[in-house]
Amino acid sequence: MSDYILEMNHITKEFSGVKALDDVNLKVKKGEIHAICGENGAGKSTLMNVLSGVYPFGTYEGDILYKGEHCKFHNLRDSEAKGIVIIHQELALSPLLSVAENVFIGNEQTSSKGIIDWTLTRSRAQEMLAKVGLEHEDVNVPINTLGVGKQQLIEIAKAMAKKVELLILDEPTAALNDEESKKLLDIMLQLKSQGITCIIISHKLNEIEYVSDSVTIIRDGKTIETLVKGVDDYSEDRVIKAMVGREMTNRYPAREGVNIGDVIFEVRNWNVFHPDDEHRQMLKDINIKVRAGEVVGLAGLMGAGRTELAMSLFGRSYGQKISGTILINGKEVHIKTVKDAVSNKLAYISEDRKTYGLNLIGDIKENMTIAARPFFFSKNGVINANDEIVAAQEYKERINVKANSINQVVGSLSGGNQQKVVVAKWMLTQPDVLIMDEPTRGIDVGAKYEIYCVINELAKSGKAIIVISSEMPEIIGTCDRCYVINEGEIAGELNKDEFSQERIMQLIMAHMRKGDGNGN
Amino acid sequence: METKNKKIANMDLKQYGMFLILIGIFILFAITTKGANAKPVNINNLIMQNGYVVILAIGMLLCVLTGNIDLGVGSVVAVTGSVAGIIMIDYKMNMWVAILAALAVGLLTGLFAGFFIAYLSIPPFVVTLATMLMGRGLTYTLLQAQTKGPFNESYNFIGAGFLPSIKVPFMDGTLDIVSIVVAIIASIVLIFSEFKSYATKKKYNFAVNPIWQIALKLVIMLFIIWFFFYKLARNNGLPFVLLIMVILIAVYGFITSKTVAGRQIYALGGNRKAANLSGIDTNKVFFWVYVNMGFLSSIAGIVLAARNGSATPKAGDGFEMDAIASCYIGGAAVAGGAGSIVGAVVGAFIMGILNNGMSLMGFTTDVQKIFKGMVLLLAVTLDVLSKRKKS
Repeated sequence: MSDYILEMNHITKEFSGVKALDDVNLKVKKGEIHAICGENGAGKSTLMNVLSGVYPFGTYEGDILYKGEHCKFHNLRDSEAKGIVIIHQELALSPLLSVAENVFIGNEQTSSKGIIDWTLTRSRAQEMLAKVGLEHEDVNVPINTLGVGKQQLIEIAKAMAKKVELLILDEPTAALNDEESKKLLDIMLQLKSQGITCIIISHKLNEIEYVSDSVTIIRDGKTIETLVKGVDDYSEDRVIKAMVGREMTNRYPAREGVNIGDVIFEVRNWNVFHPDDEHRQMLKDINIKVRAGEVVGLAGLMGAGRTELAMSLFGRSYGQKISGTILINGKEVHIKTVKDAVSNKLAYISEDRKTYGLNLIGDIKENMTIAARPFFFSKNGVINANDEIVAAQEYKERINVKANSINQVVGSLSGGNQQKVVVAKWMLTQPDVLIMDEPTRGIDVGAKYEIYCVINELAKSGKAIIVISSEMPEIIGTCDRCYVINEGEIAGELNKDEFSQERIMQLIMAHMRKGDGNGN
Repeated sequence: METKNKKIANMDLKQYGMFLILIGIFILFAITTKGANAKPVNINNLIMQNGYVVILAIGMLLCVLTGNIDLGVGSVVAVTGSVAGIIMIDYKMNMWVAILAALAVGLLTGLFAGFFIAYLSIPPFVVTLATMLMGRGLTYTLLQAQTKGPFNESYNFIGAGFLPSIKVPFMDGTLDIVSIVVAIIASIVLIFSEFKSYATKKKYNFAVNPIWQIALKLVIMLFIIWFFFYKLARNNGLPFVLLIMVILIAVYGFITSKTVAGRQIYALGGNRKAANLSGIDTNKVFFWVYVNMGFLSSIAGIVLAARNGSATPKAGDGFEMDAIASCYIGGAAVAGGAGSIVGAVVGAFIMGILNNGMSLMGFTTDVQKIFKGMVLLLAVTLDVLSKRKKS
């Protein structure tokens, strides 16, 4: 028998013709901590969903060998029965139930007749908590009275209660501070000493270097290589190179004939606190400037605070205890509501069009004109229907929304066309400053190209544009300049001639190390 | 070139289907009651008895558009009616004072509910369940569980009176010329507006329905108008309640389709988060929707008291359910964001025809409730299933 507990061979998984995973191979040794690294959208989570049975056997190609057995999981229960437990980024806890109940959710401790045995539940919960270093916690309190760090550990306790042998952690430290992260990583090392195998997905390379024994790098749905600690070069730079080493092709239309003018949008000393926790600072002393005709990127990892920055600027739609100054066209503006923002010529295209951007049961015209309506398409509160029709028709053609008519319901359009409707909605408010949050997320290459063309057109007409993107090639391909944001602070600023994915990653890592240094 | 660009749309069956269902149910009862439901006096009753449900359904539609309901309207109807009654009977004051007081009380209840819903974010279901209980209790307390009446004729005119008429002998009775003239004007307006909308669609190169579909729709609409007005002309002319209804339908139809505020209700119901990020103050929208509901409830309360000629503690009992059901039968989406004033009104009339037809057949109100419940469930089930098919 081999010393591998898990072998995933030639895994290929398609979503309606698009290969999310393409011949991926992953071998995990028994008792090790194995890290999986890759950019956003590289296919890490998809791979773990294949392993845990979220995507059932038969919906993918390839073979899973676990403890020498061929596995055909049809759902999560099948994999859990074998001792494979996955802990997702979003915690699967029921906030108002007690710690003990949460530890045994879906795995209730019952007497022979199916009635819950509360004494057993509590005593066994206490036992599980001890294994993750929480022996002093009261198992009877509602779980939402504990911090995120402890909740994350309780997720592990929950897995322990299921007799876990292979534990998968998807970005476990994304929402944790340094101290909590350190504690969690140490618990992982402790589990390792008890013989439990772990797979950890993380963006934080310093953590991977600290905790893992080997790392597999995935890029664009393919395995690039596996590095082993003590054998290969295990430095962050080496891992970054493997993560981003892709050829840049001509996917971005050239922007020509743009005159970059004066600064028309400036943010000074912007501070924002978490909406639910007034002591948790989400953004610290942010200063940014954008010139007319300039496209400025906000690069950073997920959870770095970019969307929070955009939404807090846009009519204080995020956070509390907001302080700082916004200047538009050199004048200080006071933006307290979204309406203030729109009347001050600021627009924000949100990252999640279905949740924050569109009324899916409304038609194209309605969605395009809703934000601009009070300013351009009405008089004394009465809508000028003809103006709306003309404008919606014009924008439908101008940015090439593929639909039968402007009366088509937006929910029936493809993702790319939906995104174009959102873009049109904000172009119609005639903004001077546009913040575009992940403008091409989840849309196909052709639609992406069209969105980039719209960005170029807007820049040409002298707008100031901020592009938030988790895809570094997109920042590099579309922006004139970019700010790198990490943990709510500006980690650095790069001009077009300094752009490279390595530079961006290095700035992020340097900032993280600085943060660690301060913390200790 | 011209023909190539011509786009064909097909009739939205759901929209006109409601009218067909209305006619279908009416014909069904015409058969079972041997024509009793089509008699002029019964058509008149249909309008007078359903006036208040129509008024409530108009306000309720706005609540339903936000994805919520107002359970308190029946109780507000009772409270406002009793306030009007007490002012006229106990304090012997002018009917205009009574009407203004009732409207003010309605607005106050709306402000009360709106404040809790919009600015304290208490779920509308809970807030209006509370106003339902409080309103009913208040009515019994105010009236000391007694009926207050009778009111004078000039007040009762609101609920039971007729507009001026010019009657001429016709067949075995009389015919009101005013009703016929109004029907002619209504027909011209309808044909003209349909023609104009067709021309606008052509001009902007939108999909247009084939001519035969437009013609069919016009024929159905004209048939309904002439049927109603002819029957009313054969009775006593146009009821005053009809005037109130038509004005409210026109005003709220305009608000919901042609004003910024009206469309904001749809945007809120379709996606509240997106509406917020589009600069819509959704709390404000919620607030005014419920204030408006209180206001319309008071109008319904005034009309009901006038029709009954008295204020009773049980007035308006269960009206909230009729109003809510009207909206859903009229095609409004339970989750909010879709629905129309015309739909809600047609829904109210479908409910009214069911009540009226079953009463004529001798069913008790208890049995009527069973059928009304079944019709509501059937209408919404069909609506949901047809949507699922489309997607």
